[in-house]
Amino acid sequence: MAKYGTIVRDGLWDNNGVLAQMLGMCPTMAMTTSATNGLGMGLATAFVMATSNLLIAALRGFITREVRIPVFILIIASMVTVVDLTMNAWMHDLYKVLGLFIPLIVSNCLPLGRAEVFAAKEPVLPSFVDGLSMGIGFTLALTTIGAMREIVGSGTLFADASLLLGSAFKFMELRVFAADKGVLMAVLPPGGFLAMGLLLACKRIIDVRSGKAIPTGPVGHCVA
Amino acid sequence: MKQRTIIHGVVLASFCLGFGILLAATKDFTAEEISLRQVEDLQNSLTQVIPPGLHDNSPVKDAITLKGDDGKDVVVYRATKAGKLTGVAYEVRGQGYGGEIRLIMGLDADGKILGVRALQHKETPGLGDKIDVAKSDWITRFTGLGLGSPPKDAWRVKKDGGQFDQFSGATITPRGVVAAIRGGLEFFAAHKAELLEVR
Repeated sequence: MAKYGTIVRDGLWDNNGVLAQMLGMCPTMAMTTSATNGLGMGLATAFVMATSNLLIAALRGFITREVRIPVFILIIASMVTVVDLTMNAWMHDLYKVLGLFIPLIVSNCLPLGRAEVFAAKEPVLPSFVDGLSMGIGFTLALTTIGAMREIVGSGTLFADASLLLGSAFKFMELRVFAADKGVLMAVLPPGGFLAMGLLLACKRIIDVRSGKAIPTGPVGHCVA
Repeated sequence: MKQRTIIHGVVLASFCLGFGILLAATKDFTAEEISLRQVEDLQNSLTQVIPPGLHDNSPVKDAITLKGDDGKDVVVYRATKAGKLTGVAYEVRGQGYGGEIRLIMGLDADGKILGVRALQHKETPGLGDKIDVAKSDWITRFTGLGLGSPPKDAWRVKKDGGQFDQFSGATITPRGVVAAIRGGLEFFAAHKAELLEVR
C-alpha cells in the first residue's frame, strides 16, 4: 500500500506535473483565466490521463519499443476524441465552455510523459492511480493559478462554476470586489506567468522549510 | 533485421485499426445527439434575434442559402407569420482584435434590426468581450436601427466620425462589430427581393 501512497503523493505534490515537472504549460497558461476554467480543463485532462495510462499499461505487452511513442500518442489522442465527442453530446453546456480546449490535451506532454515514464513499465492498477493522481495534481495547480488570476483580474472567484458542476454549486461563485476594479494584466498572458512563478516560489519555500531536497530531476524537453 | 522492421509496422497498424474502430463507434454513437444539440444552439441564438411573437413557423427549418458579396454561402433563416415573411436572421463576420467575430443578426421585413448577438469571439477578457450580451448591454443598442437611420456615414465608431461608442480601452472590437453589422444591412438591401420572396 505504501507504494500507492508514494504514487499519490508524487502526483499531487512532490512531482506535480505543473509545479515540479513543468509540463503542460500550454493549457496551463491558456486555460487559467478563471478558477472554473482551470478546474474544467484539469478534470478533463485527469480523465484522459487515467484512462490512457490504464490502456497503455494493459496493452504494454504488445507495444514494441521502437513504435511506442506513436502508439502512446494514438491512444492519448483517441481518448481525447472520445471525451470530446461524449461531452459534446451529453454535457453540452460544459462543452461550450471547454470545447475549444479539449483537443489541446493531445498537445499536452504530461499524459505522454506519464505514459513513457510510468505506464509503459508498470501494471494496470498502479498506472491508473498514477494517471489519476498526476491529473488531480494538474487540476489543483490549474485551479489555484486560475483562482489567483481571477481574483486579481476580475474580482470574482469560481464565476460560472454552476455551468461546470451543476446548479447545486452556485454557492461557490463569489464576488470579491466590484467589477471593473480588477488588474486586467492578471487575466492577460503575463498574469499567467506571474501567478505561475509565485506558485513555484511558494512550493519551493514549503519544500525547503520541510527539509526536503529540491528535486533537480530532468527538465521536460517538450514545452507544449 | 528486415523481419523485425515489419513487426513494428504490423504493431502500429493494428493499434491504428483498433483505435480507429473505437473512434468510429464513438462518433456513430454520439452523432445523433450532437446534431440535436447543434440545432438547439441555433434555435437559442435565433430566439435572441427574432422575437418569438413575430413568427409561427420554425426559422431553423425555413432556411435558404444565398451567395454573399465575398462569394461565401450565407444561410438565411426566415421567420413567417400566417404565410407572410416577418423577419430574417443570418450570420455576419467581423474582424476583431483577437481574430474573427461571428455575430448573428435578425432583421424585420423592412430591414430594421431586431437584434444582434455575438456568437463566437476571441476578444480580450474585460475589454473587447463587452460585445457579449452577458457582459454588457452594448450590443443591444443596434436594435431598431437600419441602413437609413442613422445615415450610412454614421455607421462607424465615434473615433472614426460615426455615432457608435467604442468602449474604453477597446476600439478595434467595436469597429469590427459595427462594420460587420453595416455589411449585414447592405447584404439585406442587395438581396431584399430574394430574401422576402415567399415560397
